[in-house]
Amino acid sequence: MKTILALLTLFWATTSAAETLRLAVTTSFENSGLADMLLPAFKADTGITVQLLVVGTGQALRLGQAGDVDAVLVHAKTAEEAFVAAGHATHRREVMYNDFVLIGPATDPANIRSAPSATDAMTRIAQTQAPFVSRGDDSGTHKAELALWPEPPAGDWYLESGSGMGAALNTAAGLNAYILSDRASWLTFGNPGTLALLFEGDPVLHNQYSLLPINPDRHPHVRADLVTTLEAWLTSPSAAALIDGYTLNGAQLFTFNAR
Amino acid sequence: MNDILDGLIAAFWLVVTLDADLLDISLRSLHVSLSALLIASVIAIPLGTALAVQRFRFRRFVIAVLNALMGLPPVVVGLIVYILLSRSGPFGVLGLLFTPTAMIIAQVIIITPLIASITHQAMRELWAEYHDLLISLNTTKRQRIMTLIVDGRRALLTAALAGFGRAIGEVGAIMIVGGNIDNATRVLTTAIALETGKGDFALALALGFVLIGLALAVNLAIHWLSGTERRGRW
Repeated sequence: MKTILALLTLFWATTSAAETLRLAVTTSFENSGLADMLLPAFKADTGITVQLLVVGTGQALRLGQAGDVDAVLVHAKTAEEAFVAAGHATHRREVMYNDFVLIGPATDPANIRSAPSATDAMTRIAQTQAPFVSRGDDSGTHKAELALWPEPPAGDWYLESGSGMGAALNTAAGLNAYILSDRASWLTFGNPGTLALLFEGDPVLHNQYSLLPINPDRHPHVRADLVTTLEAWLTSPSAAALIDGYTLNGAQLFTFNAR
Repeated sequence: MNDILDGLIAAFWLVVTLDADLLDISLRSLHVSLSALLIASVIAIPLGTALAVQRFRFRRFVIAVLNALMGLPPVVVGLIVYILLSRSGPFGVLGLLFTPTAMIIAQVIIITPLIASITHQAMRELWAEYHDLLISLNTTKRQRIMTLIVDGRRALLTAALAGFGRAIGEVGAIMIVGGNIDNATRVLTTAIALETGKGDFALALALGFVLIGLALAVNLAIHWLSGTERRGRW
């Protein structure tokens, strides 16, 4: 018993960082690998450790609203503006963008490869009733997908998975279904099966990421000082060089556009 | 099938090279689950034993509730602990959400009914055996409970190990209250969920094999430390 207690006390040796910031981000930001490159650089420049909570946009905003994180970095403009208007965040600062792509079986039964627009591609999927996997989790990608349908999708072919981007891609790979994904998650996805990138490039697929610092008047415990440092750093030329210079399989994933 | 082989190979290399991240995550898994086990045992073992010895009005009801709580869904426990510990919840001022402490709290709630229930089942039989002796020796309630705990330690070990098994393999609750933060609250099970989400099945499986190995090692270590199943001893 004494040995067990001695072992236990060993595990209690915790490492407490002096300056820690909690940031809720979307899966696409983390899955792209950009976080693994930006955060160590941020720490080297400022000494601040960023703890990432990787969730969907809907949950990220809930965490911010409850004051459980110091800032959120998400991609759902309408929801973000409502969030700021409700006073949960002090302001909204655009940082960078990437884009969404339509993924589907390489055989392309709905023939979306030749579609002139994203909306047209979605119409073709709905008309052929080819299986389509939706995130169904109120995330930024889910909101973007819902906005693309000309009319609300319904039927056996429309599957709401209620999971993160990676899990939804796994489902689509298993069912050989169409799916809307952010480009970063698709490029880093390790289990594509017979899926392929079928449609890209429509301006409506543009995906803006913004930083929302949580309002310290609502939640006095948030580290507004650290968030200010983070915002200044994320919108600085050195972050711009890192974000624009980040490539995966030769493709640039994010474009810096902070003003 | 190839995925499983890849997983085994990846697990082998992770362990052989003593991967720093793996070590960190595994130690955190042990820290959280062993702490939860210790706290839950301190609550559940006397409780389960008292339920076997003590006769009171709502005893049957309490036992039925305890048995039902064994099947407590971890996701629900996680959600409730999350809401309680959130900054906008009643215990928000403590700032415990997304820390290992929050994960320990959730796991204590999950495994306490399990340990208490198994303890109660075992102690009931032992109490039937010891009842006349302990009553005739005019022992106090406290002495009776202590005697049963000491003499029933092997059954209690089983109860504790069952609790540990549930804690170390649990993912639903600690994902919600811990947040799976790298270098802070990421443990083996949440890391497996993450890697599966990324489609990296080999790494996910490798972590799974490490988890199974760890559970096995802890079980063997506890048996060895407590000296059961050795020749001439029970």
